[in-house]
Amino acid sequence: MKNFIIKRVAQMALVFVIVSIFSFLIIYFSPGDPLYLYTSPAVSSYKMTDEQLDDMRESLGLNGNIVQRYANWAGKMLQGDWGLSISNHQPVKGQILDKLPNTIGLMGASLILSILVAIPLGLLAGYYKNSWIDNVISGISYLGISLPAFWFGIMLIIVFSLNLGWLPSSGMRSIGVTSTADVIRHGILPVIVLSVNNTAVFVRYIRSNTIEQKEEEYVMTAVSKGVGQMQVLKGHVLKNCLLPIITMVGMNFGTLITGSFIVESVFGWPGLGTLCMSAINSRDYTMIMGITMLACTVLLIGNFLADILYGFADPRIKQGKEKQNG
Amino acid sequence: MEKILEVRNLSVAFETYSGKVQAVRDISFDIEKGSVTAIVGESGCGKSVTSKAVMGLIRKPGKISDESEILFQGENILKYTEKQWQSYRGQQCSIVFQDALTALNPTMNIGKQITEKIRVHKKVSKQEAWQEGIRMLELVGIPNAQMRMKQYPHEFSGGMRQRVMIAIALTLNPKLLIADEPTTALDVTIQADILEMMKGIQKTHGMSIILITHDLGIVANFATNIIVMYAGKVMERGSAEDIFYSPAHPYTEALLKAVPRLDMEDEQLETIEGAPPNMANPPTGCPFADRCRKRMDICKQEFPQETELAEGHEVCCWLWKGER
Amino acid sequence: MDRKAMKKVFFSNKMTVVCAILLLIIIAAAILAPLSPYDPDASSVAEKLQGVSSAHILGTDDIGRDTFTRTLYGGRVSLMVGFAAMCVAVIIGTFIGTISGFMGGMVDVVCMRIVDVFMSVPSLLFIIVVYAFMPRNMVTLVLMLAFFSWTKVARVVRAQTLTLKERDFILAAQALGVSKGAIIWKHIIPNLMPQIIVAASLSIANAILDESALSFLGYGVQLPMASWGSMLQTAQKFILHNPIMAVAPGTMILVTVLCFNVLGDMLQQILDPKLMK
Repeated sequence: MKNFIIKRVAQMALVFVIVSIFSFLIIYFSPGDPLYLYTSPAVSSYKMTDEQLDDMRESLGLNGNIVQRYANWAGKMLQGDWGLSISNHQPVKGQILDKLPNTIGLMGASLILSILVAIPLGLLAGYYKNSWIDNVISGISYLGISLPAFWFGIMLIIVFSLNLGWLPSSGMRSIGVTSTADVIRHGILPVIVLSVNNTAVFVRYIRSNTIEQKEEEYVMTAVSKGVGQMQVLKGHVLKNCLLPIITMVGMNFGTLITGSFIVESVFGWPGLGTLCMSAINSRDYTMIMGITMLACTVLLIGNFLADILYGFADPRIKQGKEKQNG
Repeated sequence: MEKILEVRNLSVAFETYSGKVQAVRDISFDIEKGSVTAIVGESGCGKSVTSKAVMGLIRKPGKISDESEILFQGENILKYTEKQWQSYRGQQCSIVFQDALTALNPTMNIGKQITEKIRVHKKVSKQEAWQEGIRMLELVGIPNAQMRMKQYPHEFSGGMRQRVMIAIALTLNPKLLIADEPTTALDVTIQADILEMMKGIQKTHGMSIILITHDLGIVANFATNIIVMYAGKVMERGSAEDIFYSPAHPYTEALLKAVPRLDMEDEQLETIEGAPPNMANPPTGCPFADRCRKRMDICKQEFPQETELAEGHEVCCWLWKGER
Repeated sequence: MDRKAMKKVFFSNKMTVVCAILLLIIIAAAILAPLSPYDPDASSVAEKLQGVSSAHILGTDDIGRDTFTRTLYGGRVSLMVGFAAMCVAVIIGTFIGTISGFMGGMVDVVCMRIVDVFMSVPSLLFIIVVYAFMPRNMVTLVLMLAFFSWTKVARVVRAQTLTLKERDFILAAQALGVSKGAIIWKHIIPNLMPQIIVAASLSIANAILDESALSFLGYGVQLPMASWGSMLQTAQKFILHNPIMAVAPGTMILVTVLCFNVLGDMLQQILDPKLMK
């Protein structure tokens, strides 16, 4: 287990470095001057002197060659200094941390909803394979994986906000209201939309897992011992079915992150996604890098936690015998 | 001799995309109390399916035909309700599967897997069941049983794992033990140890054993009776002596010639040419006819009824029909 | 399983046949789009934001363009982008997957690490970031989509190559001294075809879905060209006045992606001997 953790941490660090170099390069080689706003007379009537521009470049870390700039940026990043936003000169970290809870809340709620819905549906469909109930559940899960989330969001807004008027169509709070209930009311539609894809993926996964586990020989052994059907399901199949869900949740963290960005932009949810979109539009590269790196970190940590958790839940891994790709 | 199990006209078919596969076709045989009966045949001959039918483990898409009867101590178990099956399985009849690694639940410790069986059938406390579990592990020759109870299947060696499997099957002293290729996945030396152990327990406990195998070699000093199966049919059955010293069916003869023996000098091992027939579309005649050296015209047209050669020695072959 | 049996199973399954027919209709509709009496780009302010009528069966958009016609033309773009991205992804994925699986050793380790890296980044976010700084045209869009989706193909192909590698005919070819490149090209890839087709089907579904999301966010297909996703971007602004604008393109995305997903999945089931029992 210890070796396993060390190996995973090393792997994570490697991925992290590669991703950071990669995203740094993209922005380094991208056309357009980040200080475009201040140099182009068309945008601003105020023209900076060359010295002023130099100072500004210096303070934003835009001077030096590529290696220096990367080292500079990475060093500061590690020390917790994520730089200043190019568009509004405020610390990037503060702005990101400001919005982060909103996105995490959305993701967390959606993840819980997905798991709670997917487990019973997946088990049911898998257990009654090829029955009408399986056909219904599988059909819906096909719809779920094929549904463009943003379009589903728009449709929900049309029905529940515009026609029925039950739920707000955008934002996180009504003006002047600070209650949690209000935030929840605003969050219902985004959370549902964000959950659809993942839920469908989970259902399919749990279903095929259940089918597979049901056919395993140990189930036959249990039956041959005289154990009743329900007990076999509860005592044997369930645990072996649900174990891999941990890994699967970790693997789908990426979809959850990008999904939350899309959902935020549909519902005007003030989170990282909205921040990222406006940063991209204004070429605020320190902000973009901050957000990308954070998103990768969240994803890597999610994967990592899933692996560790799985290791503790599965005796085969706990005792140090790693299984190939659970 | 008293019979513990009587199989009558058993047929099992599996519905697949490529048609109805008739794995077992109208077979009948008896198992005597206290005997060790080996069911021998190539893979796919229906021997495993037969054993699963006896345990009530045939699942969709498999189906046992309506004419089939399996009498356990005179009672037709195919008419059992789910409740009756549950009390029969494990208590009256147990099964040992070939590969203990897949047959044991990977995420449940051995102790729980044994005590689960005890507690399903008997109202005993957890401690009592646990003690019984330890006793069973010791019985099958697992050292450190107390500590081993808390371990998981992957922590055992292949041979030890198979012993665990046998311990679970023997728990509660079933009257009939089915061993489905119990040693095929193991090294030869470990094979011998385990068979020896099983033989010892069989002697002291007096249970009946059905040993399913493709290897006539391991049958020789273990089985009292032998049933030879081919393509879903029983070709020949009799005492071990009958089969080894006066085999009547050409298939049995061929099988015996394919077993290496110590007393062989320059003789070559013979192989049986050809392959078993496709069970989705089995021949109407004798299924072995195509590979048989003594084939006659009638062989391909009709399957012969059983001929009794001696008390308990039966063969299905046209060669013996003419002599009667 | 032989091809004939596969064909039989394929055509005996109602779902696969329905999906195949639906897809053919959608593709035909996209190809035959010019038969529509309207110009997809001709605006007519007098007819803007109309509802359903006999002249405009799905109404018109904010500058009076016929929604039905634009949906047909949008299908061309969406399908083309999806198809092209799939092709590139399948080519890269097959190339790297077979080499990684066949060569083994260091090559395999390095390739699989690269795949891991790709798998552990939020791909759509990266596409947006990259695309924001690139010349925005169809070619970069396709390349971007493919660049972040070839890994799935590569994994499937590698796994299959590993099992193929041990088969007798490959071993025989190696023993005969056939070069590695020739073995991969002449023996391995032809035998991977079924798996590649499945991966391609699922990949095209993903590409269409990703393209629509990108276009919806404004980073995909650029105006005046329309894809189903970018039509939805416009539609979102007018859901209050003309919700029908949002229905048609979204439904088309859903149906198309659904069909590709179902087809891919059914093919996979046909190929999987475990499920064929």
